[in-house]
Amino acid sequence: MTHVLLRHREIPDIGKLSVYQNNGGLAAFKNAVTKMKPGEVIDVVKNSGLRGRGGAGFPTGMKWSFADAKSWPHYMVANADESEPGTFKDREVMENNPFQFLEGVMIGSYAVGANIAYIYLRGEFWQIAESLDRKISELEAEGYLGDKIFGTDYSLRIYTHLGAGAYICGEETALLESLEGRRGQPRVRPPFPPSEGLYGKPTIINNVETFTNVPMIMANGAEWYKSMGTADAPGVKIFSLSGRVRKPGNYELPFGTTFRDLIYKYGGGVQDSRSVRAIMPAGASSSLILVDDDSILDTPMDYLEVRKLKSELGSASVIIVDDTVSMDWLINKTVHFFRHESCGKCTPCREGTFWMSHLTERIHTGQAVRADVDLLLNVAKQMQGKCLCALGEFSTMAVVSSLERFREDFDKAVQA
Amino acid sequence: MSLAEKYPQEVQQILSKYPPHGKRSALMPLLFIAQRDEGYISKAAMQDIAALLDITETEVAGVVGFYTLYHEEKEGKYRIQVCTDLPCALRGAEGFMGDLCDHLKIKAGETTEDGLVTVEAVMCLAACDRAPMFQLQGPDAIEYHEHMTVEKTMELIGELKQSEE
Ligand SMILES: Cc1cc2nc3c(=O)[nH]c(=O)nc-3n(C[C@H](O)[C@H](O)[C@H](O)COP(=O)(O)O)c2cc1C
Ligand code: SF4
Ligand code: FES
Repeated sequence: MTHVLLRHREIPDIGKLSVYQNNGGLAAFKNAVTKMKPGEVIDVVKNSGLRGRGGAGFPTGMKWSFADAKSWPHYMVANADESEPGTFKDREVMENNPFQFLEGVMIGSYAVGANIAYIYLRGEFWQIAESLDRKISELEAEGYLGDKIFGTDYSLRIYTHLGAGAYICGEETALLESLEGRRGQPRVRPPFPPSEGLYGKPTIINNVETFTNVPMIMANGAEWYKSMGTADAPGVKIFSLSGRVRKPGNYELPFGTTFRDLIYKYGGGVQDSRSVRAIMPAGASSSLILVDDDSILDTPMDYLEVRKLKSELGSASVIIVDDTVSMDWLINKTVHFFRHESCGKCTPCREGTFWMSHLTERIHTGQAVRADVDLLLNVAKQMQGKCLCALGEFSTMAVVSSLERFREDFDKAVQA
Repeated sequence: MSLAEKYPQEVQQILSKYPPHGKRSALMPLLFIAQRDEGYISKAAMQDIAALLDITETEVAGVVGFYTLYHEEKEGKYRIQVCTDLPCALRGAEGFMGDLCDHLKIKAGETTEDGLVTVEAVMCLAACDRAPMFQLQGPDAIEYHEHMTVEKTMELIGELKQSEE
């Protein structure tokens, strides 16, 4: 299969502007700006069924149509914070196929009427930001960005902005706070960003991978896009495969590919020929899928089917856990992460992640009694539904699911 | 000397990215310049930036304290930040970290005797398929080092040492 997003795997120099152009690049943007109304662009994206790749899977075209037409200016923001443990796809796109991502941002900006777009990157992606800055300058020099593009009334500028190490800044309202020069703490919603976002103005935020789909959809049409994937999730997805597999890496595949194909056909199987014990399809924020029956591996990966396994596909950062791993160790890791990353704004999450980490550490180091395990489950369940943003909820996912589905590991870890 | 005097063009270029009422957005980029300049963010730099952006020093300090890439103290000149988060840990990151610390005769979080490197455990760096890995945070750059071994890391530290002499 030729790639739709990771096109540098067939066209190694696609990161050069001339090569990108020779392969059809920027024609979709030019066509949109010179021949289409913004609403028509939104309709194509709506019809393609494209859903956001940042985790929530929200329909992209619909989000774009929410930009409040009574309040101006509008802003476009690309979320390149990529900090979910197990996720490393946006980085590959930006490093290797940057113009397709930028063209997606440009088409999206035109569609929502934004004249300024910001790309918010995690601080560690400092080199990527510098390289994007150079690409943006090239686009300016060739008249694709700047004032009165192609002689129309449309103007657009793109700027990169670096975060400085905080997972929570991937949450869209925390990202906006951070972009405004504040601590990255989520805002109370409503209002939602499409009505009041950056500097209080309508703001559309999408993930890097979401944007990267857009030029191909505009060039080839919604029907072409829908011919791939499933009815629930049309198109292709970059699966970041990690953990105990032989060939970890990014695999761009149609939605609906099975876990089995991802792990065995593409990922080369489990390390040391062990067997899959659990799957975390959405990185550290996942509920663990218990693989006690081999047929579970035949589940097609889209949002709906993974939900039937009482988990979420999220950003499709698929972490493979084999039968050498004990879950008391695993959740000690995830809880430690969330405790470190909790922004501290609301009590249930701040206190809850603190207490959970205290308990998982005790359990993992063999200092706990059975009552501590029950207490852990209790703390996690108490947090659910009470946190201001999804991070608090995420922190409980691996805990509750592993206690419910892998209880024997915890019974073994506590003193009799 | 203030940042605006020392790096007028760079500061101007940063300020030009944001609308006038969004001037405060320049805070984080300016903090990166200050840190590049001195290796950490000093009190004087915070005062300087606060004045430049018409905000209080407390607000600046609040932002510095919130983000892990800003440092308020001068530690090792280089920070080797090893990812020991779950996906990397499933691929041997904890063993690597332990061996590296043994080789350097320090514990995680500590600095080598010569003050050259601090070794720290950090969260996911979006390189989970290339574990063991770390980022090398130096005075003016962050570099990723992937598929690492203790041997390769010691070589790298040797090179850093040489470049200091
Ligand atoms: C704690 C937390 C972390 C998140 N991290 C990211 C991230 O790193 N990248 C991302 O695109 N979305 C992230 N999201 C989702 C964003 O809030 C938002 O839904 C997304 O950027 C929207 O883009 P999309 O519609 O294209 O998916 C995160 C959400 C939460 C709650
Ligand atoms: S749930 Fe956690 S991360 Fe989210 S706002 Fe509350 S304290 Fe911050
Ligand atoms: S877990 Fe180490 S880079 Fe992602």
